[in-house]
Amino acid sequence: MAKAPTFRTCPDTGLKIHSQAEALIKANAVVAVVYLLVGGLLGLGVALTRWPAVHLLDAETFYAVLTAHGIDVLLFWIIFFEMAILYFASAILLNSRLAAPWLAWVGFAMMLVGSVIVNYAVLQGESSVMFTSYVPMQAAPEFYLGIILFAVGALIGCMVFFATLVVAKEEKTYEGSVPLVTFGAVVAAIIAVFTIASGAIILIPTFLWSVGIISEIDSVVYKIVWWGMGHASQQINVSAHVAVWYLIAAIVLGARPISEKVSRFAFLLYILFLQLASAHHLLAEPGISSEYKVFNTSYALYLAVLGSMIHGMSIPGAVEAAQRAKGFTHGIFQWLRRAPWGNPAFSGMALSLVMFGFLGGISGVILGTEQINLIMHNTLYVPGHFHATVVAGTTLAFMAVTYLVVPLIFRRELIWPGLLKWQPYIFAVGVAGISVFMMGAGTLGVARRHWDITFSDSIFSFDYPPAAFLMMGLNGISAILAALGGVIFILVVVGSILFGKRREEAAAREAPMLTPAAMTYGTAGTWHLPGTYILVGVFFTAFVLYYFINWKFLSEVWPLS
Amino acid sequence: MAISPPERRLWWKEPIGRAEVIWIAVAFVWGLVMFSAMIYWHIVGEQNLSNEAYRVDPEVFAARAEELADKYKVREDEVTGYPIVHPPPGSDIYLIARLWEWWPIFELEEGQNYRLHLSSLDWQHGFSLQPENINIQVHPNYDLVLTVTPSEAGEYSIVCNEFCGIGHHIMVGKLLVVE
Ligand SMILES: [Cu+2]
Repeated sequence: MAKAPTFRTCPDTGLKIHSQAEALIKANAVVAVVYLLVGGLLGLGVALTRWPAVHLLDAETFYAVLTAHGIDVLLFWIIFFEMAILYFASAILLNSRLAAPWLAWVGFAMMLVGSVIVNYAVLQGESSVMFTSYVPMQAAPEFYLGIILFAVGALIGCMVFFATLVVAKEEKTYEGSVPLVTFGAVVAAIIAVFTIASGAIILIPTFLWSVGIISEIDSVVYKIVWWGMGHASQQINVSAHVAVWYLIAAIVLGARPISEKVSRFAFLLYILFLQLASAHHLLAEPGISSEYKVFNTSYALYLAVLGSMIHGMSIPGAVEAAQRAKGFTHGIFQWLRRAPWGNPAFSGMALSLVMFGFLGGISGVILGTEQINLIMHNTLYVPGHFHATVVAGTTLAFMAVTYLVVPLIFRRELIWPGLLKWQPYIFAVGVAGISVFMMGAGTLGVARRHWDITFSDSIFSFDYPPAAFLMMGLNGISAILAALGGVIFILVVVGSILFGKRREEAAAREAPMLTPAAMTYGTAGTWHLPGTYILVGVFFTAFVLYYFINWKFLSEVWPLS
Repeated sequence: MAISPPERRLWWKEPIGRAEVIWIAVAFVWGLVMFSAMIYWHIVGEQNLSNEAYRVDPEVFAARAEELADKYKVREDEVTGYPIVHPPPGSDIYLIARLWEWWPIFELEEGQNYRLHLSSLDWQHGFSLQPENINIQVHPNYDLVLTVTPSEAGEYSIVCNEFCGIGHHIMVGKLLVVE
């Protein structure tokens, strides 16, 4: 470890790239993509089983597959990728060496071993406890152990990230404040530390309980603490993918935020309030007061939602301003029409932003409204909502940024550019379908995590409305489409890394990927952004209408108090 | 740009555009509206989840449910033999959730109030009343008490919507509402 760090200079950006940081980014990204493939295919199995006409898997396999699906994509794909983002946003963007690469490798190895152990435990069949593993249902001890190992590895990664920030500051590798993308990554890492602490507080005793050292774990207390991890970990994703949106807009269009101050303030709201909201999952629970539920589920006064709504204007605004600076000033929407829709990094980012806001954001707020939750809790509305946030939002944003990582870090040209152009659209349509049809089925009452909604083996018969069956079929078709989009992504990325044309320095210098900044100073006061104002107005109108419609739905069910 | 340090070192002194200020204000006020809506519904709305809950031993809860069922059983379900229990309006009624059934079948009267007690004897279950679509989590060792007022006569199903092991998908119960 005393060896002096070796660097190369990136021909596209002029940034100094530490070889160890680069190797760690590659390793984490590759493992992430493998888990996306595994977890994604398991998800297809889930959707095809829940399509009553197909009903692919038997019950026992289904519950194991559903457990593995949730963990592989929600934890392993996303967090391995986030480690790559943390190393990129610290060492690379700050022109610095990575602090203690050996420690980062230790963290990586722990995450890898932990993730393999969890998969082994689940696919053995003794740990079909779902992603949430609610007690008193019990998994095999190695299930909890694997997750703990993974979490500690991730914690080490966060520490290396923070240490790198310190190193960069001390060695003066940059001037002034850290870039906005790094700032977003800092937010993600802070939330990650909180998340992992909550996870440790609950999973260590649960592990001890599974081996018989502790006799009982209270089921409500478990849920309160577990969701401190489970919900906060989704907030890591939000911070990370918002940072990625800014990153892509900057590289592809030279866009800069409308106002640094406002965007950073919005990230700050995430740190202060986003991790509050574990009560989203406790609204239908006994023994927790309404006062706590109302305060917690709304992130105090919806202040974290406020943060997201600010980014929701800041990013399209940045894109519009950059496009107008390039001369696309005709009418209200020329900038949008003439955006680089054929560039999968851009289109992926744009689709991710729109779907996260319209489908994931709005449904999340409504699902998290204390009383409205009664008509949605544990129905398919819940996975409908989080597929919009985590798949349409996070996963699609990460796919989009991978299209920049392959040429910049792996230094390979992307293969099959013609096919690639369509990938974000295919995936987005599929995921939008998954989200919308699951939310639709949930509105009709269909239970989540359920093998057979025809209840054919039950002593009491019950039929969900026929429309629910239609929704489940459409959900299956959408899942096939999303899987197709996912497979194209993986084939192209793996194919490019293995067989893609080397991106020579000279060629890169001639046609750099980085678009020079479209504006030298903030757009505030300089640019008029009518297109963005209209888009934001449409979003807000949809939000308000759908919000009140759900209160109307609630008012129609049996009175209870 | 977002990937380089802010060009103005004193970025926090940049002016904020008017449109952004307006949007932040609108979003903030909307947050207040949504926050108030939940409180408002507690005051005037008719659908609020009760805060009344007690620690209860599963055996004690089961005994109470059985006692009630013995006392007010009116007949048996023809197909399954489950007791159909018709308790007096206004009374406390106990519904058991366990692997993998809801017990017993209650027959309630339309427009009357009942104090419904929900608890599990083993793992967590999900009380999902269909087609009404009311969904409540059921825990072992916790007795959640809520006042329900069935508003329309008919035959309802109680689906379990919290995963509870291999028999989860056969866990269905019945609830009858008569005029
Ligand atoms: Cu159950």
